[in-house]
Amino acid sequence: MKTETEPLAPATTEAPVVLPKRLSPRSIRWARRRKAFVRFWNQFRRNKMGMFGLAILVFFFAMAIVSIFSDKGRLDPTITTNGPVLANPSWAYPFGTNLQGISVLSLVVEGSRISLFVGLTASLISMVVGSTIGIWAGYRSGISDVVLMRLTDVFLVLPWLALAIVLAAVFGQNMWVIIFIIGLTSWAGTSRLVRAQVLSVKERTYIERSRALGGSDWHVVTRHVLPNVMPVIFANTILTIAIAILSESALSFLGLGDPLRPSWGTTIEEAFNNGALTLGKWAWLLAPSLCIVLVVLAFTMVGFAMDEIVNPRIRER
Amino acid sequence: MGTQRYLLGKVVQLVITLFFVLTFTFFLFHYFMPGDPVRTFLKAAGAKYTPAQAEQLKHEFGLDQPIFPNQYVRFLKETATLHMGASTIIYPDSSVTSIFWSRVGKSLILITTSTIASIVIGVAMGIYGGWRRGGWVDNSSMSSSLVLYAMPEFVLGMILLLIFSRWLGWFPAGGYDGAPVTQYTGFAHFADVANHMALPWLTLMLAYLGEFYLLMRSSLLDVLGEEYITLARAKGVREKYVLRRHAVRNALLPTVTLIALSFGFILGGVITVEIVFSYPGVGLLSYQALRARDFPVLQATFLFAAVAVLIANLIADLTYAYLDPRVRSA
Repeated sequence: MKTETEPLAPATTEAPVVLPKRLSPRSIRWARRRKAFVRFWNQFRRNKMGMFGLAILVFFFAMAIVSIFSDKGRLDPTITTNGPVLANPSWAYPFGTNLQGISVLSLVVEGSRISLFVGLTASLISMVVGSTIGIWAGYRSGISDVVLMRLTDVFLVLPWLALAIVLAAVFGQNMWVIIFIIGLTSWAGTSRLVRAQVLSVKERTYIERSRALGGSDWHVVTRHVLPNVMPVIFANTILTIAIAILSESALSFLGLGDPLRPSWGTTIEEAFNNGALTLGKWAWLLAPSLCIVLVVLAFTMVGFAMDEIVNPRIRER
Repeated sequence: MGTQRYLLGKVVQLVITLFFVLTFTFFLFHYFMPGDPVRTFLKAAGAKYTPAQAEQLKHEFGLDQPIFPNQYVRFLKETATLHMGASTIIYPDSSVTSIFWSRVGKSLILITTSTIASIVIGVAMGIYGGWRRGGWVDNSSMSSSLVLYAMPEFVLGMILLLIFSRWLGWFPAGGYDGAPVTQYTGFAHFADVANHMALPWLTLMLAYLGEFYLLMRSSLLDVLGEEYITLARAKGVREKYVLRRHAVRNALLPTVTLIALSFGFILGGVITVEIVFSYPGVGLLSYQALRARDFPVLQATFLFAAVAVLIANLIADLTYAYLDPRVRSA
């Protein structure tokens, strides 16, 4: 565990900030950021749950990187000489093979990249949309607050999978369609959270001071409000990634996955619909399922650990 | 007085959401939908037709009218009176409403009973876990809750199917009852249905147990850190009553709100679980409609899901109003 997480740790934990002779605003800012990161990391490191999750994530990200360089020919279903069809687990095929004789292990490695990519990109969309709406509503208040929050409430209660099904049915099966569907159905929680944070930050005196000095709304939001709510947004986004990966797997299980980019959910769908349960080919189902559970678990644990550090409500106790 | 205003606000929100959903559905299915609905309909009915007849049908469907407002108003009217059109592909020519009636009950009984059981058990465990924080019950429920939370519903369903149906043979692998092989009546039929429903029910119950446990536990921990709890203890109130009268009552409020927000996800889970157990409910229907691209049925299942979630949310709001005295006095 130690060796795996080393690259993320800064060289020295205390990192005495050596300031250059001429202090530009930029260098001060970066020094401050580095210090904040070191402080955060020192707190995070002590959280067992968070470190365990991080170790799992390092493993799966390594897997995703491996998949970029792996031989894609082995995944070609049109090749008939792949290997034995529906083989049981063996040394050559640790999780057996599928109906086309493709190694389930190769499918899982390939799936790691796609599942993680969809999860990360969809959460990024959700983060940007949710934070923008949350900040706007919280900072502006008044009529835009009312309208935006009503809209948020609508998206908060919509049955997302039913919505995703109709969207995917109408707009087709494509990875980017899936990413946008997940991103655009999952921002409501973030925007609620961000708005609440902005409401409390907005009342602080340094915001008033900045405004008295002639700071525009844009300046106040980007320089004072955003840096303050950013840690909360970040912790929330990590938790959103977990949900986005679960959502992707559900959509793929319904057969809405991108046929050219098999994610873990796609492999499960294929196994289920080809009777892996009745044939007793449990490894075919187990391998992708286990990956989903582990990755979602890891993101959730890291998210909880980060939440404990950055969430003022929890921290105060 | 306060309750009335609170509920009025909630009903207004419900109407806004419903209106939004209807408008969204209309534009999605009438504007973006691929293919020509008249041709799909005629092809499904297997009828030979002339272009003039197709035009006639187009006129009957109102498709030659402008999309807004004529077609939109017609759509709202027909939806309000439950005239949802006819299925085009899975059950050609039978009305969507009649297909629905045979399925709604089966889904509703599965969802409501399993969700209520999940909430009750999850919240009760969460209270105990939060109260005895760090104890062995808390630690083991915490880790199993996280795993249950991280597991997709359909994976959990397959695991239970593998264990209890394939290996142990205790329950059937799927379906709603033994028909047409076995024809039971009365109590035997009830037992048969219960036997078939056991595994999907257990899957849904377990799938959300973890989430409700985590919600209630963290909410209770928040409340237990409050000063009025310390005061109650300082006054010498017995621990049992501190928990029951001071902590749990306040901790339930945010939990009710958060549980209400998970209804949308639960409905999504029901779709995948019904597929795993081939349980003939609305979830499986939406899957069949999706696979066959039967848009009228798909539209109806989406509207049904939206209305179901809205009603569930209204019930949660009513519960909140009942639990929170501030709503009553405000």
